[in-house]
Amino acid sequence: MATFPFELVSPERVLFSGEATQVVVPASEGEISVLANHAPFMSALRAGVVTVDGGKRLFVRGGFADVSPAGLTLLAEQAIAVEDINVEKVSGQIKDAEEDLRDAKTDDARNRATAVLEGLRAMLAVARH
Amino acid sequence: MASLKDLRNRIASVKATQKITKAMQMVAAAKLRRAQSAAEAARPYATKMEVVLANIAGGVSGSEAPALLAGNGKDQVHLLVVCTGERGLCGAFNTSIVRLAREKINSLLAAGKTVKILCVGKKGFEQLKRNYEKHIVDLIELRGIKNIGYGEGEMIAKRVISMFEAGDFDVATLFYSRFRSVIAQIPTAQALIPAEVPAGGAKASYEYEPDEGAILSELLPRNIAVQIFRALLENSASFYGSQMSAMDNATRNAGEMIKKQTQIYNRSRQAMITKELIEIISGAEAL
Repeated sequence: MATFPFELVSPERVLFSGEATQVVVPASEGEISVLANHAPFMSALRAGVVTVDGGKRLFVRGGFADVSPAGLTLLAEQAIAVEDINVEKVSGQIKDAEEDLRDAKTDDARNRATAVLEGLRAMLAVARH
Repeated sequence: MASLKDLRNRIASVKATQKITKAMQMVAAAKLRRAQSAAEAARPYATKMEVVLANIAGGVSGSEAPALLAGNGKDQVHLLVVCTGERGLCGAFNTSIVRLAREKINSLLAAGKTVKILCVGKKGFEQLKRNYEKHIVDLIELRGIKNIGYGEGEMIAKRVISMFEAGDFDVATLFYSRFRSVIAQIPTAQALIPAEVPAGGAKASYEYEPDEGAILSELLPRNIAVQIFRALLENSASFYGSQMSAMDNATRNAGEMIKKQTQIYNRSRQAMITKELIEIISGAEAL
C-alpha cells in the first residue's frame, strides 16, 4: 500500500516522524482516517488517540491536523505514547487538578482547571483500555 | 610596597575566585546542554506551525482576516515584550537584548508613537527601568521555574492577547536572543502582532473542519504562545552559552593574575633574602 510522510510534534519534542499507510486522527468533528493522497484538509483536534498503521497508539490533546500534499502533520499541544502513560501518576495529577478546581476563585481559573482535568481524565481512560 | 603576607593573601583570594568561576562555568556548560536540546526539540513544532499558518493565511485575506493576523489597522501604540535573563554574570547577554530594545524604543518615541514595555525577566527590567520607568507595564519573573515548559509561553501569550483585545496596544514586538552557538547569540526583534507570516504558502484548496474562522481563531493565539515559548527556550540556551564563555574568560583572567602576582611575590622574597645576606656579610666585614 502507498505510504505518506506523517509527523506528530508537540511543543516539547517530535514524537513520530516517518512513513505511514494509515493514520486515525481524533478530529474535532469525529475520528478521521487518513490514507495516502488524501485531499488537503485541516481540522482542530480533540483529546483522543492517534493510531498509526493500526498498531502504535499515541494520546494527543488539543492542536491541529494538517493534511497537505506533503503529508500529514499533527501539531498537538500535549502528546504522549499510550504505553508511556503512568496510570498512578495521572491519577495523582487528577486529584491535584480536582483540588485546583475546588480552589479556583475566578471563572478564568475555573475554566483552565476544568480543561486540564478533562484532558487528564481522557488520558486515564485511554490508558485503562 | 606590599609585604610578603599581603601578597600571599592576594594570591589566595584570586585563587578562591578562580575556583568559583570555574565551577560556574562547568555548571553553565551542563545546563547549556540541556537548554540547547530543549531549544532544538522545540524547533520542529514552531517551523511546522509557521507552515500551517502560511497555508491557512493564504486562504483568508482582506477584511475577513482576524485582528491577530492582520493587526487592527493602526500602529500608534507599540508593545515591546522584552525577554531577558533572571540573573547576571553572563557577559553581555542581558545588555545586548536591552540595547536592541532601547534603539527600537528611541526610534518609536522619536516618531511620536506611544511605547509600552512588558518585561520578562528581572535583569532587563532593572536596566530599562532607569530610562523608561513610566513606559513599563509589568514585569513577569520566571525566577522559580527550573525547566521552562510550554505553560509559561502560554501564560505570557494569554496576557499579551488579553491586552490586545482590551485595545491596550496596536502592534507587539518580541525581543529575545537567538542561540546560534556558544560564542554567538544574536539579539532579535520579532513581530508578534500582526503575525509574521512567511510568504509562499501552498495554494492548494483546503477543506476545513469545523471552518476556517474557527481554526484560525484557535491557531493564532497558539502561534503566539509558541513564538514566546521558543523565544524563552532560545533565551535560556543563549543565557547559559553566554554565561559559560563569560566564566571561561574570568577563569583565564584569574589564571593570568595568579601568575603575575606569584612572580611579584617570588621577586620580593628573593630581594628580601639578598638584603639579609648583604646585611650579614657587611656585618661580618665590619668586625
